[in-house]
Amino acid sequence: MHDITVALYLITVLLFIAGLKLLTSPRTARMGNLVSAVGMTIAIIATFLGYWSELTSWTYILIGGILGSAVGAFLAYRVDMRDIPQFVAILNSFGGAVSALVGAWAIFNMDKVKPAFASTSLFVGSVIADAFIGTIAFIGSVIAFAKLQKLITERPVVLPMKNLLNVIALVLVLVFGYLLIQNPHNYLYLYLIFALAAFLGFNVTMAVGGADMPVVISLLISYAGLSAAALGFTFMNYGLIMVGSLVGASGLILTRIMAKAMNRDFWGILLGNITPPEMAATSSDAAFYEGKVKSTSPDEVAMMLKYADRIVVIPGYGLAVAQAQRELKELYDLLTREGKEVYFAIHDVAGRMPGHMNVLLAEVEVPYEALKTMDEGNQLLEGADVALVVGANDVVNPLAKEDPSTPIYGMPILEADKARSVVVIKRSLSPGFAGIPNPLFIRDNTVMLFDDAKKALRAIIDAYKEL
Amino acid sequence: MNLMPLIASSGAGLDPILTAVVLFVLALIIGFEVITKVPPMLHTPLVVASHAMASIMVVEAIRAAGHGSLLGLIALFIGTVNVVGGYLIADRMLAMFKKDKKKEK
Repeated sequence: MHDITVALYLITVLLFIAGLKLLTSPRTARMGNLVSAVGMTIAIIATFLGYWSELTSWTYILIGGILGSAVGAFLAYRVDMRDIPQFVAILNSFGGAVSALVGAWAIFNMDKVKPAFASTSLFVGSVIADAFIGTIAFIGSVIAFAKLQKLITERPVVLPMKNLLNVIALVLVLVFGYLLIQNPHNYLYLYLIFALAAFLGFNVTMAVGGADMPVVISLLISYAGLSAAALGFTFMNYGLIMVGSLVGASGLILTRIMAKAMNRDFWGILLGNITPPEMAATSSDAAFYEGKVKSTSPDEVAMMLKYADRIVVIPGYGLAVAQAQRELKELYDLLTREGKEVYFAIHDVAGRMPGHMNVLLAEVEVPYEALKTMDEGNQLLEGADVALVVGANDVVNPLAKEDPSTPIYGMPILEADKARSVVVIKRSLSPGFAGIPNPLFIRDNTVMLFDDAKKALRAIIDAYKEL
Repeated sequence: MNLMPLIASSGAGLDPILTAVVLFVLALIIGFEVITKVPPMLHTPLVVASHAMASIMVVEAIRAAGHGSLLGLIALFIGTVNVVGGYLIADRMLAMFKKDKKKEK
């Protein structure tokens, strides 16, 4: 390995950091992604320069590189924006697999690839980390993909004595890891570690319900980063160590944001305890809402919007399910053309992964100035004439502020009821993921429009044009 | 990766393993600093771009494949899918975030 390779890897890391820095504004973000891609290209060139004499099997390199690029490009242009969470799960499972496979290759060829200055125990120890983290990420992501794609049930599937089984598996990994360090050529221990990691990945992810997928996705990103860093330690590749660490940090931050937005314990999640607390019974819902809900019509909503100056839209996942983004944009155009202020207040968990709702709205060409965070949204709701809640429920539930006995108590919400009037478009009074009734729906200033979001918005647009 | 000649010539005699640990921690701190500043609006593109970056693991897969290992070939294939797919999809998404045209006028 030449020093020039080390220097080029350093340039890669600097370009990655610069790229992430540019990602802090939607104006420069696309450039940032490009800068980061240039960094990646430099790392690949540096690898060819540094290992040129070692590389003999050019057929494999060409086949892997060309086929991989073709499949990657094909996937990137085919994927529907609603399916991004599944796409990320695939990327993540692939990342985990790369780490596990290359880690296995490293130990099979220890004599050739172990850095001279690294001790055997450090080398084998890092291979164990590659195999362990990589396999958990791989199996966990495959299960997450299957759940998001609804190939298997979205409900949590919890094995009896789940936590005890996990602890036993972890202890066994440590035991076999120790034995492998003592006998690096007895690969049976390595295979056992693979199997145990696969079991752990399966057990932890199966126990997670569909609604908690944003947390799992975020957590799996930090695993991808950690496995890259572990692989860096195997080969003492400083470039990999730094990039893995960067990505690991990004995953941890997103997990913390998601955990806070969903009212889950961050440390509990890190330790694989993502199962939500026991849900309250919902049998009292009918009595709760009885006689207190005011139903409205599209014409009335159009009238309210006509006389409003500031409108804050609160979109939830129901919007994406109904595929009503285009109708929402049409209404947005209609309202802004008349000089009204229209904003979208987007809760951190509105969608199936961090920031998903923003992408869905950007896709239908809502300008990014109109996309507001939770805090900005709450400020705008103060003094808004109409809050239009589309397909959202728990994220606007005032119980999160008022009732310490509910499972969502303490969760940050969008305070829709601060607006002069609230319009809720929802198919029925069925509870959200948290399984509790929502007192917003019976407030004096709230009216409900019971319909599918797409049909309701279409009817409102038509009624508005008639006015 | 061997930084030894570089370090030796500077006379600093740094332990390469310690160097690796220091770099890991420094990058973690930089990561926290930079990424907390990414607005929630861009979190999905950030996730996809992060995945593409983490797939820098392909550089070791290139080596494994270059040694004629089948494991390496598979790793290189899926790693390349990640790199190319990740960057292209992030680009496709970021291209969708547009300024308000009406206000520009």
